Amino acid sequence: MHERRQKNLVLIVAREFASRLATATFIADADGNLVFYNEPAEDLLGRTFAEAGEMSAAEWAGVFAVEDLDGSPLPLERIPAGIALLERRPVHRDVRVTGLDGVRRKISVTAFPLLARADELVGVVAIFWEAQSG
Amino acid sequence: MQATVWGCRGSLATPGPGTVRYGGNTSCVELRLDDGTVLILDAGTGIRPLGLELPEAPEPIHLLLTHLHLDHLEGLGFFLPVWNANNEVHIWGPPSPVRSLDQRIARYLSPPLFPIRLGDLPARVVFHDVPREPWKIGGARIEAAPVAHRGPTVGYRIEGDGAVLAYIPDHEPALGADLAELKPDWISGIAVAQGANLLFHDAQYSEDEYATRIGWGHSSVAHTVTFARRADVERLALFHHDPMHADDDLEALEARARDLWGAAGEPPTLAREGTTVAVATGVTTA
Repeated sequence: MHERRQKNLVLIVAREFASRLATATFIADADGNLVFYNEPAEDLLGRTFAEAGEMSAAEWAGVFAVEDLDGSPLPLERIPAGIALLERRPVHRDVRVTGLDGVRRKISVTAFPLLARADELVGVVAIFWEAQSG
Repeated sequence: MQATVWGCRGSLATPGPGTVRYGGNTSCVELRLDDGTVLILDAGTGIRPLGLELPEAPEPIHLLLTHLHLDHLEGLGFFLPVWNANNEVHIWGPPSPVRSLDQRIARYLSPPLFPIRLGDLPARVVFHDVPREPWKIGGARIEAAPVAHRGPTVGYRIEGDGAVLAYIPDHEPALGADLAELKPDWISGIAVAQGANLLFHDAQYSEDEYATRIGWGHSSVAHTVTFARRADVERLALFHHDPMHADDDLEALEARARDLWGAAGEPPTLAREGTTVAVATGVTTA
């Protein structure tokens, strides 16, 4: 018999929703583990999700090199998805991300926590798009 | 553990000559454990005849609601035990981020939709949001988990007497998903159903019907069979019969389910009002 494990329903529905969006979308679970990003996100992150796979917060925060607009590296707690995860609030900011294809892009990110109940964080969603260079 | 089906119709009670074999009452299943524990799953119109069979002033009654759509709630006001001041009735249901369980139930059980206010019922009625973690009632270990359906909805996994029953009467796990291809942990409801001896599961539509009802919260018979196979359940009972389906239509769905199920194991059956099933063995005893 298989082990009885299942993602939270909110994550399941969020992934199905994201998989049909033309907006790049990144989903992490309550522990910050990357569990999905959609095809538009693959273009900006430089690798398909099938190739990248699920990874821990520490891994993805390192793999996708995120910097502020001045080029200073941003730790997880200052990345929009990290802020949504750790502070349980929505956030928007522009960052620079070097994808797995080696391309450095200016990205606008809006991230928000997924709360199944008022006190139950089940994950975060970050939607993002390439910002005008500047 | 024995399960008695008091109602397995979906959406709307459907009496009449076309539904006499499988029944027209909406969702209600009674579970009895060897130690006398009684659990009632949903309060569709099937709960009215069940209430007539329960002894006066029994042990506290536990009613587990999957959700509050009317076909799972409309029998509550006609459930005799709530009209007896000597009774204690515990109602468990899915939490909502906005209103409490009793506030939501009271939207139906109050004028102008119902003549009596919920708070005026003579019995002592206690409301509980289902816990996030498994809990026990008598000899039963119960687990509730959110499942894909419209509005807050849970499925129940009940373990007792060495058997496991899973009850997911309203469920659309295939919404936007390919059930055959998904990794198991991305399938709605699979943790509730995994390895169950008996699964009561939504099978409201034929595959053709589902194509025009996507997002309505229910499953095609093909989705139901795929879900049950992915969950490795021992036996599958097709539940939540569409009110537009007469007995012959249901038997056609059952035949389709059996084709899809294949030769291995016990073939799927239609839930039938008035039958009692031993969960561990599947023997129909009445």
